Amino acid sequence: MFKDLFRKPKYVTVHADTAKKDIPEGLWQKCPVCNEIVYTKELDRDLKTCKKCGSYFKMGAWERIKATVDEGSFNELDAGMVSINPLGFKDYPEKITSAQQATKLREAIVTGEAAIGGRPVIIGVMDPNFIMGSMGSVVGEKVTRAAERAVEKSVPLIIFSASGGARMQEGIISLMQMAKTCGVLARLDKAGLLFISVLTNPTTGGVTASFASMGDIILAEPGAQIGFTGPRVIEQTIRQKLPEGFQTAEFMLEHGFVDMVVPRSQMKSTLARLLDLHSTGGYKNG
Amino acid sequence: MANILLEFEKPIVELEAKIQELKNFSSEKEIDLSDEIKTLQNKADSLTREIYGKLTPWQRVLLARHPERPGTADYIKLIFEDFFELHGDRRFGDDPAVIGGIARFNGQPVTVIGHVKGKDTKDNLTRNFGMPHPEGNRKAIRLMEQAEKFGRPVISFVDTPGAFPGIGAEERGQAEAIATNLTRMMSLKVPVIATVIGEGGSGGALAIAIGDHVAMLENSVYSISSPEAFASILWKDPAKANEAAAVMKMTARDLEELGVIDEIVPEPLGGAHRNKEEMAKILCRSLKKSLNGLMKIPDDKLLEKRFEKFRGIGQFVSG
Ligand SMILES: [Zn+2]
Repeated sequence: MFKDLFRKPKYVTVHADTAKKDIPEGLWQKCPVCNEIVYTKELDRDLKTCKKCGSYFKMGAWERIKATVDEGSFNELDAGMVSINPLGFKDYPEKITSAQQATKLREAIVTGEAAIGGRPVIIGVMDPNFIMGSMGSVVGEKVTRAAERAVEKSVPLIIFSASGGARMQEGIISLMQMAKTCGVLARLDKAGLLFISVLTNPTTGGVTASFASMGDIILAEPGAQIGFTGPRVIEQTIRQKLPEGFQTAEFMLEHGFVDMVVPRSQMKSTLARLLDLHSTGGYKNG
Repeated sequence: MANILLEFEKPIVELEAKIQELKNFSSEKEIDLSDEIKTLQNKADSLTREIYGKLTPWQRVLLARHPERPGTADYIKLIFEDFFELHGDRRFGDDPAVIGGIARFNGQPVTVIGHVKGKDTKDNLTRNFGMPHPEGNRKAIRLMEQAEKFGRPVISFVDTPGAFPGIGAEERGQAEAIATNLTRMMSLKVPVIATVIGEGGSGGALAIAIGDHVAMLENSVYSISSPEAFASILWKDPAKANEAAAVMKMTARDLEELGVIDEIVPEPLGGAHRNKEEMAKILCRSLKKSLNGLMKIPDDKLLEKRFEKFRGIGQFVSG
């Protein structure tokens, strides 16, 4: 790629051993895969992709939205919605507060109206940094409202998932969000509207076992961990080591649960093409 | 009479043994001990009431998992007629952790589906401890769609620790199977009655529990995960399951208060396993009542109400 050629000289990398001593907080980050120390600003510009090994750093909800929708098109929905503590679970409100402070988000998903390649969509983006992107009442409700808005406006729905699963602290109420989100997707389906589900690292548990698996088209980011039960629990249950590459995006593609593995750099253009293919009315006999 | 005893059941069972002894003695020796027996029986009853009146959530978990607790197969035998078991998901295989088929309930043809645990170790291995693979969930939805075609109400019994965590289960799409069931059940045009009869564990339970009417037996539990997994995930200590059960709000009363279930079906004194026939009678009455009500509701209204019921679950501040 030409772009990469021009970028390379500007890209600053420092080897781990020499840089370790004095890494100013936030200025540099270490690649979790190859341990390369990379400059945060460069990382942000390159869609959080490690230049050395090509693996992806986690992307926050707003970074993802910025990278995906047409500039200036995003109009957030239900921005103020926050969790309460349905089970009266000890320390849960504090956990929410500290997640809010750390991520500058209200909850683990941001939803809104936007355009991609000029086509209107309703989009939801989960943030893996907010209590592991877990789904409680707020995530369930915002996904449901996003789908309802898509039906109301008769536009496609796109959801980027990144989740450790249902939120334990909301117990059975979290489990019921699976039913709720699937219920509203049944309505979206009946309305003949497109739902594109994008699975990013990680998508597991109750999110995989509900709305994330119900896309008309399911895309996944390379290397993303995707599955139902976490690998540790499976290993403990079956007392067996898991095979290499188990529960990755590529594994899911091979087993028929994902349509396409799409690199981060091509995600927006892929979505735009898919939206374009669905933009003119389908053929109806008579 | 139960053979396997939970710790808190012991005083009751010991007292009952004493009563039996007196009865035997009385008939052998032809001595009238009816007053003494009556006094002891009253004592046993009030002791049972006392112990069962203040069960902790963890004790209910133990009851819900009691090896002698009646399961789907028992209720099919005791409540339904003409049960015709159907097998397989038409995709990969037949999952013995889920049984389903056609039967008559109160004269009405219905489709009945439920999780099955084993009665002993060998049986449990066959039934995989009631933990469905994707095939089990796919069999369930196949039978439900068949029920829809022939206008049969669906009656489901939930009794699973959870969907099975294994390599094959992941390869064959455990998550997709559950998600598909949830989505399809939301638009199934026949009445669906789901009853948690023992353990309602996580997505595996939910996958057959999208009901117009969702009930729980008094001593059953229904939760996001087992208390062991909950303690392990949040506190890194599975041994704290007892404490987890206390804070998870997983008993029938908790779920009724949270608005997640519609009915608590009472159990005979001492729990379902102490009197299976009586339990079946009570359950049968509950099913009859809800089915009669649901069969009067037109399809579109039924679907609307089913969706709204689950749509309404969640607690948040709109901001
Ligand atoms: Zn790297």
